[in-house]
Amino acid sequence: MEKISRDEVAYVANLARLSLDREAVVKFTAQLNDILLYMDKLNEVDTTGVEPMSHAIARKNAFRPDMVAPSLPVEASLANAPDARGSCFQVPRVIE
Amino acid sequence: MTELYELTIHELQDKLRAGETTSAEITASVFKRIDAVEKEVHAYITLMRESAIEEAARADEAILRGEMKALTGIPIALKDIFCTRGVRTTCGSRILHNFIPPYDGTVVEKLRAAGAVFTGKTNMDEFAMGSSTETSFFGVTRNPWDLTRIPGGSSGGSAAAVAADECIASFGSDTGGSIRQPAALCGVVGLKPTYGRVSRYGLIAFASSLDQIGPFTKDVEDCAILMNVVAGYDSRESTSVPENVPDYRSFLGRGIEGWRVGIPKEYFIDGIDPEVEAAIREAISVIERAGGSCSEVSLPHTDYCVAVYYVVAPAEASSNLARYDGVKYGYRSGDNRDLLDMYKKTRSAGFGEEVKRRIMIGTYALSSGYYDAYYRKASQVRALIKRDFEQAFADCDCILTPTSPTPAFKVGEKTNDPMQMYLSDIFTISANLAGIPGMSVPCGYTKSGLPIGVQFLAGHFQEGRLIQIASAYERQAKIEKRRPGL
Repeated sequence: MEKISRDEVAYVANLARLSLDREAVVKFTAQLNDILLYMDKLNEVDTTGVEPMSHAIARKNAFRPDMVAPSLPVEASLANAPDARGSCFQVPRVIE
Repeated sequence: MTELYELTIHELQDKLRAGETTSAEITASVFKRIDAVEKEVHAYITLMRESAIEEAARADEAILRGEMKALTGIPIALKDIFCTRGVRTTCGSRILHNFIPPYDGTVVEKLRAAGAVFTGKTNMDEFAMGSSTETSFFGVTRNPWDLTRIPGGSSGGSAAAVAADECIASFGSDTGGSIRQPAALCGVVGLKPTYGRVSRYGLIAFASSLDQIGPFTKDVEDCAILMNVVAGYDSRESTSVPENVPDYRSFLGRGIEGWRVGIPKEYFIDGIDPEVEAAIREAISVIERAGGSCSEVSLPHTDYCVAVYYVVAPAEASSNLARYDGVKYGYRSGDNRDLLDMYKKTRSAGFGEEVKRRIMIGTYALSSGYYDAYYRKASQVRALIKRDFEQAFADCDCILTPTSPTPAFKVGEKTNDPMQMYLSDIFTISANLAGIPGMSVPCGYTKSGLPIGVQFLAGHFQEGRLIQIASAYERQAKIEKRRPGL
């Protein structure tokens, strides 16, 4: 049974900002189908009325006082940048 | 003659206190061992030899001044997922191959403050996604017990480094078994604490509702020593929990007289290796001889753990890994038409195949139209898995299971079949989903000499209980101490 088509794989790849060549699309389609078929197991479980769980230890929002604290200096923040100019990260032109 | 690198933390501390050795000697011994075996094992991505020698010298000065702290002068290795100030931190990925963090994570800070000497950053599956350390951009780590086999994963380098005596102890992270499974496959002790027990600040995120940091050690006492250093609340990490931290050493040697130990029937499945099953049956009888009373318990949703995990973990990963876009740090592709083109080229060349596969699964499971069928459904079944444990722990103090269904498998054996690889975490994933602590302790060897591990599980914040039963087991079982024939 086909859970996911090649077109869908290509669509999801775009959402994830990945470019896959034809060969990778074919391979991933087969593998994702296997994995998604396995996940169908979950439909065997009756979850009516079960609250979805997102964290193991239930905690309320962890707030701290809204006070200014030291942060990384600009030079340290930019030290790993593939490209930087002045105090900014530099990227290819976005606006024509 | 016993070499210094063969000793445990507590044995070395006795020698340091008695003035029988120095941190400089211990550190030199460990690096001598690294020089001898690292070429075959490949446990490390980056060695920190020079800074280690300096840290050892400072440790020796501190000891002379009578200022010996919890880990003064002890050589410790760190999985390359921990941010280390000024030391390259790759997460096993090309996309971070040149990343030099400007800060230390909390665990690194605490270890440093306790006087530890850092030997280096250990190899791992890329972004901790894998069970064999084969997905690392920096090559495969070999199992010290058999170099044709994998060390487990994703913290395979940290486990192999301890087993091969290339450090005295190490740290890893565990999202679905990434400490306990390699600990079992390499014959060392590995503990995954309760979710929230150890701060994840400075740990590169894989799946934020599952990730936990924990130690690899040569024995249970060393595990308690390290937990005393790293456990506790951290205001910089909003999921760390302000729960009291006991003295974990106080649980050593207490015994388990009268303990009720649950054996989940769902964990003795077809496909479990017969030698592993025999070793676990023997571990059960050891626990009985130590005064525990073992009886069957049921965790009815066990069979769904892998399916839940491979929805939840990739979903969280797809979101966490969105930050790798070639803008602020790490790899950036050249020759980009525009910003979108740069993102795609950077991520496609920067991530390996397994990471892409999981990003794809996660993006799909969270995408419009599939969210309810996959992510929401998995989160509901996850709640039932957690409830299974709550019900089981109403009837027992602790649960005993195999850590891994098989001993270490061959390099390359499962790399082309992701589903088979995923099933090797079948006994460890449940603890991450429920957020409970789990610990793997060596419990014997196969006929061909591969280590086997037994896993203990307890309720939230019951790491002390795990150390207590593991210590009782270790004393009663008297598993023969062997060293890999490297």
